[in-house]
Amino acid sequence: MNETLFYLLLIVGVLGVMLTIAALLIWYERRMLALWQDRYGPNRVGPFGLMQVLADMVKIFFKEDWIAPFADKWVFIIAPTFVMIAVLLGFAVVPFGPGLVVSDMNIGLLFFLAMSSLGAYSIFLGGLSSNNKYSLIGALRGAAQVISYEVFMGLSLMGVVIMSDSFSLVKIVEAQKTVWFVIPQFIGFVIFVIAGFAESHRAPLDLPEAESELVAGFHSEYSGMKFGMFFVGEYLGITLISAMIATLFFGGWLGPSFLPPVVWFFLKTMVFITLFVLVRAALPRPRYDQLMALGWKVLLPLSLLNVLATGALKLYFGS
Amino acid sequence: MFSILRSIWLTLLHTFYRRFTVQYPEEKPKLPARYRGRIVLTRDPDGQERCVACNLCAAACPVDCIALEATEDEIGRRYPKFFRINFSRCIFCGYCEDACPTYAIQLTPDFELAEYERQNLVYEKEHLLIDGQGKYHGYNFYRVAGYTVGGKGKGEAQHEDPPIDIRDLNP
Repeated sequence: MNETLFYLLLIVGVLGVMLTIAALLIWYERRMLALWQDRYGPNRVGPFGLMQVLADMVKIFFKEDWIAPFADKWVFIIAPTFVMIAVLLGFAVVPFGPGLVVSDMNIGLLFFLAMSSLGAYSIFLGGLSSNNKYSLIGALRGAAQVISYEVFMGLSLMGVVIMSDSFSLVKIVEAQKTVWFVIPQFIGFVIFVIAGFAESHRAPLDLPEAESELVAGFHSEYSGMKFGMFFVGEYLGITLISAMIATLFFGGWLGPSFLPPVVWFFLKTMVFITLFVLVRAALPRPRYDQLMALGWKVLLPLSLLNVLATGALKLYFGS
Repeated sequence: MFSILRSIWLTLLHTFYRRFTVQYPEEKPKLPARYRGRIVLTRDPDGQERCVACNLCAAACPVDCIALEATEDEIGRRYPKFFRINFSRCIFCGYCEDACPTYAIQLTPDFELAEYERQNLVYEKEHLLIDGQGKYHGYNFYRVAGYTVGGKGKGEAQHEDPPIDIRDLNP
């Protein structure tokens, strides 16, 4: 097949599949939350309530798209696009299967970290431009959260990099043929999962949003599809982090051969998306000083120790 | 740390719990025997209206949703000329049933009162009157009350002694 055509199809496919997954996650999260709260959740529209996604989308497109008169208009308008663009760019380096990767960069992991950090800008800009005290507090908390988790998020992955000798995600997956990195890199895995919760601003670490105290925080003033973009961005973020957990620690597309590799990849991703929802259903939100203390005093030293230990063992046994 | 993992695990166990939701239109909720819903006006065992238009229910109603006007028929029996309950105001407190001296007004377990037009929630007497006796069987006010009504004089009611001549000294 023509290579350009293949990549075009792949890009369109990845965009389409990811946006569909993000939309379906709205339904999935509501159903799973309901299951764990002994309810049914949306089950009226279509089979199992699946058409709820469509109904929600139609509804949100027809909502009034209101821009607060006191807001910084242009920043206010472009803020929600940041999270969507950044997270969708992040999917460019995710290997969905052997050969099924939009761009197998040799710095793929760094690219992912950079893109997922850029997503935080939509929180700062959205919160600041809203000109609203709750949004401002939300944005401030977002900033506090970013500086406390970004550091150890990157460091927690360095163990994986040391073990696989590469920043390329395809090589990282191929290095897990014998044993998944979750076993030798268990500390790194736990730290990355915690950082992932903070990164995608999900409960219990949804401090910038905090419905109960900040009235939706940084997106209080958003309505219509601009709010919808924050929402879709959040679900895309969950999907990206889950895909990265599956790729980095659970062998990506690798798996017994009775299922195609892509199916294995999506199954693993779904498991971690479910974990995200489960944790949201189970845990309360910490104060942000607690989150920062946890980040700086516990997780950062732990991840440094992890890098140190992995590096020492690699030097002693490896090559 | 342990408590966090434990609460996640306990939440996961809820996957296997029974769901509390009653899927209403298909599955009817189980109502208590004394559930207070739609108000009805009942008839006595002879098929006559029990209501004597005493206005006690309207007086007892805390939201003033009952309106009625008394009138009499040719044999001297009191009945409401119109009887109107505005169910958009009714709070189903049951005070009217409590106040009613003749068991005429009663609350039933029917709660499905939704209407598309608000005006349709105003029930007139023909909507409220039912053919049966409701919760209290065999009670007929005019048969037990010492009230003169066509065909029944003083002292002819059930459990009633004939009237005493108060100017007579004999026992």
